[in-house]
Amino acid sequence: FQDQAEQFFRSGHTNNWAVLVCTSRFWFNYRHVANTLSVYRSVKRLGIPDSHIVLMLADDMACNPRNPKPATVFSHKNMELNVYGDDVEVDYRSYEVTVENFLRVLTGRIPPSTPRSKRLLSDDRSNILIYMTGHGGNGFLKFQDSEEITNVELADAFEQMWQKRRYNELLFIIDTCQGASMYERFYSPNIMALASSQVGEDSLSHQPDLGIGVHLMDRYTFYVLEFLEEIHPASQTNMNDLFQVCPKSLCVSTPGHRTDLFQRDPQNVLITDFFGSVRKVEITAETVSLDRGLAGFESKFPEDELATEPLKYAEQLPVAQIIHQKPKQKDWHPPGGFILGLWALIIMVFFKTYGIKHMKHVF
Amino acid sequence: RAGMAAALLLLLLLLAACPGPGRAGAGRERRDTLREELLLSPLPTGDVAATFQFRTRWDADLQRGAVSHYRLFPKALGRLVAALGVRELHLALTQGFWRTRVWGQPPLQAPAGAELWVWFQPAVTDVDKAWKELSNILSGIFCASLNFIDSTNTVIPTASFKPLGLANGTDHHLLRYAVLPREVVCTENLTPWKKLLPCGSKAGLAVLLKAERLFHSSYHSQAVHIRPVCRDASCMAVSWELRQTLTVVFDVFSSGQGKKDWSLFKMFSRTLTDACPLASQSKVYVDISPKNKEKELLEVTPPPTSVHEAVVQGDKKTYAVYDLLSPLLFNTSRSLNVQLKWKRPQDSSEMPIPVLHAQRYVGGYGLQTGEICTLIYNTHPYRAFPVILLETVPWYLRLYVHTLTIITKGKENKPSYIHYQPAQDRRRPHLLEMLIQLPANSVTKITIQFERALLKWTEYPPDPNHGFYVGSSVLSALVPSVIPMKDVDVEQSPLFTSLFPSSDGSSYFVRLYTEPLLVNLPTPDFSMPYNVICLTCTVVAVCYGSFYNLLTRTFHVEEPSRGGLAKRLANVIRKLRGVPLL
Repeated sequence: FQDQAEQFFRSGHTNNWAVLVCTSRFWFNYRHVANTLSVYRSVKRLGIPDSHIVLMLADDMACNPRNPKPATVFSHKNMELNVYGDDVEVDYRSYEVTVENFLRVLTGRIPPSTPRSKRLLSDDRSNILIYMTGHGGNGFLKFQDSEEITNVELADAFEQMWQKRRYNELLFIIDTCQGASMYERFYSPNIMALASSQVGEDSLSHQPDLGIGVHLMDRYTFYVLEFLEEIHPASQTNMNDLFQVCPKSLCVSTPGHRTDLFQRDPQNVLITDFFGSVRKVEITAETVSLDRGLAGFESKFPEDELATEPLKYAEQLPVAQIIHQKPKQKDWHPPGGFILGLWALIIMVFFKTYGIKHMKHVF
Repeated sequence: RAGMAAALLLLLLLLAACPGPGRAGAGRERRDTLREELLLSPLPTGDVAATFQFRTRWDADLQRGAVSHYRLFPKALGRLVAALGVRELHLALTQGFWRTRVWGQPPLQAPAGAELWVWFQPAVTDVDKAWKELSNILSGIFCASLNFIDSTNTVIPTASFKPLGLANGTDHHLLRYAVLPREVVCTENLTPWKKLLPCGSKAGLAVLLKAERLFHSSYHSQAVHIRPVCRDASCMAVSWELRQTLTVVFDVFSSGQGKKDWSLFKMFSRTLTDACPLASQSKVYVDISPKNKEKELLEVTPPPTSVHEAVVQGDKKTYAVYDLLSPLLFNTSRSLNVQLKWKRPQDSSEMPIPVLHAQRYVGGYGLQTGEICTLIYNTHPYRAFPVILLETVPWYLRLYVHTLTIITKGKENKPSYIHYQPAQDRRRPHLLEMLIQLPANSVTKITIQFERALLKWTEYPPDPNHGFYVGSSVLSALVPSVIPMKDVDVEQSPLFTSLFPSSDGSSYFVRLYTEPLLVNLPTPDFSMPYNVICLTCTVVAVCYGSFYNLLTRTFHVEEPSRGGLAKRLANVIRKLRGVPLL
């Protein structure tokens, strides 16, 4: 009990957030959506609530007309595991997944009318997990086949987050080709990064499903998912085990990681520090008695004012009224611009020709 | 020890909560009620349509007073209505298309994609600002991209979309209508919709709503309607009504495995076990109306608790009713699995044709011009009736109104009312509203030509070769009914009969939507900027560079170098030998 309490204070974070991004569009990129949804599923299972997860999916695979089993996204062939499930909340869908929106979510520079579920409301005691997947290259990640984000932009965004105190510790996982290039440029403290392949290597997909017709998952995320399925909210597995997931024999590419910016030793960092959620639980031995007078609260309604004459419904298709609807009088605007200039020119020319003394003929 | 303390706490909580309902029953009446119902109607083609309606009626005025205690009415929507001054809100998310010609008139239709129309209170000063905030808040609640609703797809209809609730006057400046035809509907939209229900998806009729079955269908439409209604027959006070409707059509070939017999288990892979404990009424209606005045074709098992006859959409229909709150229903078995069997095979000639149906398509060829054609069919043998057609066309299809032609039975049909608001590039879409009289037994063809605009290259979506959607057009009509409808008490009649307020018994109001259109705009090759830069730089480097060299390069003589150390040493030796130097 004492050790657990110490562990709580050692990690230093009080809440957990996750930003999960899938950047690929089109049906043949089904595996990227399955990757993101499997991380989403693990993260929810380990305790992070939907209000603390920002899920961005660039295309809809579950209800895609080409999906033979609608409302499902499978991660294992023979349709064993449906990672889409029944209780999923996608915050940024389809055309909303752009580089601009992603950077706005990270840095917090969001238009004021954005709803709460689309915001990353982290503070300086939040541990954030950022997972990105899609098609990438040396130094960039492609968003929806029409734009890209570079590693420099990403590093600058993290620096902005650090300066605005928007995270305590950050874990960045990327599953794309040449993924290690994306974390090369980070320079903010307290960031740990994992990638599925080194520069010059391609990340490969795992297995196709002949019923659905596309590859279902990428290898790296497949083995990470298998690893995470064994984690439960109280497990003590640390980051070094996550670094060993998917060796070259299974993954064909060489996964890489970067821990030089991170202050703690990865040996002491629990998986649940990033993938799970801290819940502050206070155990008390006292009893609390509720106020019985609360039950009469509802009767304090203001009295409704009754109308003086009966109210009625509007007529749905009042033909006579519509036909005789007068055309709306346009609000009168003073003539501006071109018309004013034209009239001024005409009047000037008139008086130039005929002289000002002829004005008396006008009036 | 901690566990025991937690158990004690829980016990005390339960004890404290128990006297509550007892005290409530002793005189204070509940101000909000929930009614839920499910309507199963077999369609002429062998498919089956299931319509769920959940209605929460709250006898309180949301606009006035600080209402802070929400019980059945969801707080998210209640706060929205109060804060933004909303008088009526209708939001529908639909996947698929209702085929009116083969399936008949729908109880409530919605266009493909997302449709949102809202009437604001007269006290709202800046309606556009409230509209924008409303669409953003709803996009967060329903996980839909409703934040894409802005001035380029919002219109202000002048004759359609009259308020469905109590209305003092109808100033159309307070109305906004927008449709997003590209919106996808999936489980992430169903989940928050289900969470707004008082019982969630845990009890009552909502246990049937499982995403894997609902989206494997030809048509799926979920909607939320909020409006003020009469509290009672005298209509002196206002109550707020929230209706959540979900219509799904199961296809006989994909869900039914080719057989036309249906059951709740076959449709939803679940059966009903009980009613929602918070509901005052929970019923399942099955449409067993005989066609062509013959004996019943449909057999339902288990036997219904009662049979109800109603005049719905102008025609007399018979329904078998299962009342989930009656104790007789679950006497024999714990779960209710309603089964529908056809007594004899259906004849395709028996399929009734609906009185009003419409069709719309794009004509023309090439990527420069085109034509939108709408065909409206009035199949009533002797009655003519008016219909309002509302078309919203995005600004990048430039309509030519002088090419608008309306032809009925070979002659031109002049509309009695026409309102056209032209588009402004990148700011406003086209709005065309016409009131057309449809003669009996006729087809009306409305055509209008358009030209496709060239967009700026940053305005194309990431998949421009898919095409651009044009939202469905809306037809509002008063269709003459076969049997005159009497004014019925809203509280006693089933919910599916009472969404549209009826004024006159001789006709009923119906709102139909046509298909959305998909047009291709001239799409540039997006790799061209890169190609152009490479080519230009190469040309500049090669041509200009060599020309510059040619003009500015000068030649000057250079002394040959004296040579390295080795050469000098060799020359010294050669001089000594008397041989010519290197």
